[in-house]
Amino acid sequence: MRDLFRGKLVRLTFEEPEARAKAEVRWQRDTEFHRLADSDPAQMVSEKKLKEWFEKQSEIGFKPERYPFSVRTLADDRHIAFFALWLDLIHSEAWVGIGIGEREFWGKGYGTDMMKLGLQYAFTELNVQRVSLGLHEYNPRALRSYEKAGFRMEGRTRQDLMREGKHYDSLWMGILREEWIQMQGGDLNE
Amino acid sequence: MNDILKGELVRLSALDPDEFGKAFSRWHRDSEFMRFLDMSPTQLQSQKGIQKSLEDDLEKQKSDKHWFTIRALSDDKLLGDIDLSIYNWTGRDAFVGLGIGERDFWGKGYGTDVMKVILRYAFTEVNLQRVTLNVFEYNPRAVRAYEKTGFRHEGRLRQFLNREGKRWDMLFMGILRHEWMEQNEQ
Amino acid sequence: MFDIQTQLFEGRDIRFGPIDYEKDPEIESKWTHDSAFIRMYEINPARPLSAAIVKKQYEKLEKQVEEDKNLYHFMIRAKEDDRLIGKAVIQWVEWTNGNAWVHLGIGSADDQRKGYGSQALSMLVRFAFAELNLFRLSARVPEYNEPAIALFNKFGFVEEVRRRQALDRDGRRWDLIVFGLLNSEWQNQAKPVLSAVEG
Repeated sequence: MRDLFRGKLVRLTFEEPEARAKAEVRWQRDTEFHRLADSDPAQMVSEKKLKEWFEKQSEIGFKPERYPFSVRTLADDRHIAFFALWLDLIHSEAWVGIGIGEREFWGKGYGTDMMKLGLQYAFTELNVQRVSLGLHEYNPRALRSYEKAGFRMEGRTRQDLMREGKHYDSLWMGILREEWIQMQGGDLNE
Repeated sequence: MNDILKGELVRLSALDPDEFGKAFSRWHRDSEFMRFLDMSPTQLQSQKGIQKSLEDDLEKQKSDKHWFTIRALSDDKLLGDIDLSIYNWTGRDAFVGLGIGERDFWGKGYGTDVMKVILRYAFTEVNLQRVTLNVFEYNPRAVRAYEKTGFRHEGRLRQFLNREGKRWDMLFMGILRHEWMEQNEQ
Repeated sequence: MFDIQTQLFEGRDIRFGPIDYEKDPEIESKWTHDSAFIRMYEINPARPLSAAIVKKQYEKLEKQVEEDKNLYHFMIRAKEDDRLIGKAVIQWVEWTNGNAWVHLGIGSADDQRKGYGSQALSMLVRFAFAELNLFRLSARVPEYNEPAIALFNKFGFVEEVRRRQALDRDGRRWDLIVFGLLNSEWQNQAKPVLSAVEG
């Protein structure tokens, strides 16, 4: 069986609340990062509050619909990103949330490597039937990365985001199980 | 689309703590019913006690338990309850637990009918891959009803129960999605 | 076009009203036992609810409306006898982006195909654009819900996204369609549609 958590450039890990809070506090200073990753207004949250929030999450423990990961580089073990999957258990669909907080790692294939691991996890461990994601139209780098990973465009919700006085579309993409299996060469020993 | 809550003899309905608490405390006094239903020692419980634990359970509204009361289509009489508890989402498997408290309705096809309804619910509303159940070997009527519904024998925990001075096995039965699909040729 | 005197919550045969804790739980409890209704209205599995549990849900709902400030909930009531016939909701409001999701349903088969859905959607959209000042509305509909698809098309909603095979129901997978309507689009066509409904 394959190694679920190790890619070519990164590995998926779980970080303690303290480490996650420290990283978040640093990443939230980069509003370009926030605006690429999120739809809600950028803001400043204290490290204390963030730590409490992550601690609460840890206390809740395992939930079959939530799979949050932190991401570290294989080269020098730097904590550079988050990657999360949320499941609709009934319809067997996973939603991806991904964000590389350390901007020096943008555009170098780290996102693609993360997504590869994430899709492998979703399809061979969580056994979902499809994986979905949304992105902003002003994020062409992410669009290219997701297309490379196998996601297909399914539509755009027009002007559902407003920033800097302008309205922007959100793009919606999805990959079906059969499509992902095909990309792996057709058979998963199924 | 198919009616997901109705069978030929019964329908699935909501659990009301007040009404169900009253009925269940009555059925509790039937030790034969309780010994078919439960592996724990049969004991008597107050209606209030039963009602309280029902309310607590319903309040939580857990997403992995689907719990219904069973009513006769003919006169809407409350016959018992059935629940589907998903214990393994990645494998999409759930345990089904059935109890018909009204003994007048034993051996008349009601168990088979309600099991048919819950399997359709399990495979086309919750979209499971398999359904599992446990049944005690001293309950042959139930075993036959489950076989008729399509469950297959998968094994037994030997001498699991100790009742009436004897040891009894607990049986595992299961039905797979594709088996049910073939049976119900949609 | 519309002024302060326009009634936001009065339609021709229906009105938007609050929850009636005495009468509504029993009626909504019945709807939750109707597999056909639930499978049209809800994406989650059908769960029959007792009147007591429905009442508790209403309490949670009103608390949520008050605390989260991103949810607007209306009971659709027949004007002749004030009876509950459906629900209409504006939810997941994102104030900074000016967008929200609409959702509505008519509970009983006897009340369907009578134009109540049209009247309700018309009022809901008007409320969203003319009172909440939203920029756009979205709606999410399973591909098997043909009456809803027809209704949204009629009101000028545009089919924007087709989430392929996102739903698993009744033994097969279905697409989930996302519709969108901009305030500017509604401004241009609202009047003719409304006069058809209220005329």
